[in-house]
Amino acid sequence: MRLKDFKADLHVHTCLSPCADWEMSPRKIIRRSRELRLDLIAVCDHNSAENADAVMREGRRHGVCVLPGLEICSREEVHVLALFGELEPALAMQDLVYAHLPGENRPELFGHQIVATEADEVLAESPRLLIGATGLALDAIVRATHDRNGLSLAAHVDRPANGIIRQLGFIPAGLDLDGVEVSHRLSPAAARTAFPAIGPLPCVTSSDAHSLAEIGRARTVLRMAAPTLGEIGWALRGLHGRRVLT
Amino acid sequence: MNVKQITERFQLKVAAGANGLEREVNGGYCGDLLSDVMANAPVGCVWLTVQGHQNIVAVAVLREIAAVILTGDRSPDPDTLEKAEQESVPVLLWGGSAYELAGRLYALGVGTPPPA
Repeated sequence: MRLKDFKADLHVHTCLSPCADWEMSPRKIIRRSRELRLDLIAVCDHNSAENADAVMREGRRHGVCVLPGLEICSREEVHVLALFGELEPALAMQDLVYAHLPGENRPELFGHQIVATEADEVLAESPRLLIGATGLALDAIVRATHDRNGLSLAAHVDRPANGIIRQLGFIPAGLDLDGVEVSHRLSPAAARTAFPAIGPLPCVTSSDAHSLAEIGRARTVLRMAAPTLGEIGWALRGLHGRRVLT
Repeated sequence: MNVKQITERFQLKVAAGANGLEREVNGGYCGDLLSDVMANAPVGCVWLTVQGHQNIVAVAVLREIAAVILTGDRSPDPDTLEKAEQESVPVLLWGGSAYELAGRLYALGVGTPPPA
């Protein structure tokens, strides 16, 4: 199997996230990703995957591989990424999240939550409190993600807000994470030194973009046969020649 | 004052770690960010938090915390109870807010200990 290096930004918000700009629409995200020559992005809105389909469709038209995902807030207020290979399991995960997500959004306080089409038309505004915390325990989220064949990565572990190390002091032994993400502020190698709690977990970096200008400000190069979730799983574990290069 | 006296005084429910009820209490701390508690909680304190994750037991052992009080009618995770039992760390439950219990504890003389 011929392996290639794929430039991936595995944590991009859309206009569905209340704290993201309206300009984070499916078309504009894909246009910007192409300009940056990203091979692969993952759409991870707060507690939702409702815009994943539109970005995936637009990505298919323009040769950018888009994985559906969610950035889920656990009841410990830890942010964790759930990445999937297909839309269906991502929406099944969303069902679970919605069943444990209390509250209603107040756009004047938290921002608008736009569900868009691949043509950047406004379909609806989500009434849910997407910025809130779910009632789901962290380990239950990791297990539910794996049950749906997804990958589970602790988000921005270097960050004081909602990073696992700040919230919980350290990464619990026995939590079956597939890896951790560090923010654009430091490299994975620097993060391992600054945050020994990362230990042996695979480490990637991504942009956590909430605006177009932020897309790709951090990215991870993955050596794989194809830009698929299964290949990413192998790359994280360093199996079959696949690996994380940055 | 020991943990048992505080438990009785405020009718706290003992969820786990009854073996540790004789521990002496010499201060208090409130916090839900475990990194902060790990860095700043005084030895021998009662710690008021809404976090029910199992890591609270490890933090309590590390800082030699006398007891963890879960406030706001929160329930600890099952593995938290198991670990607390193993380590004899009392996990106590209080239905009201941390603010109220902290105020009442302070009024009772459970103050902030002088820095070591």
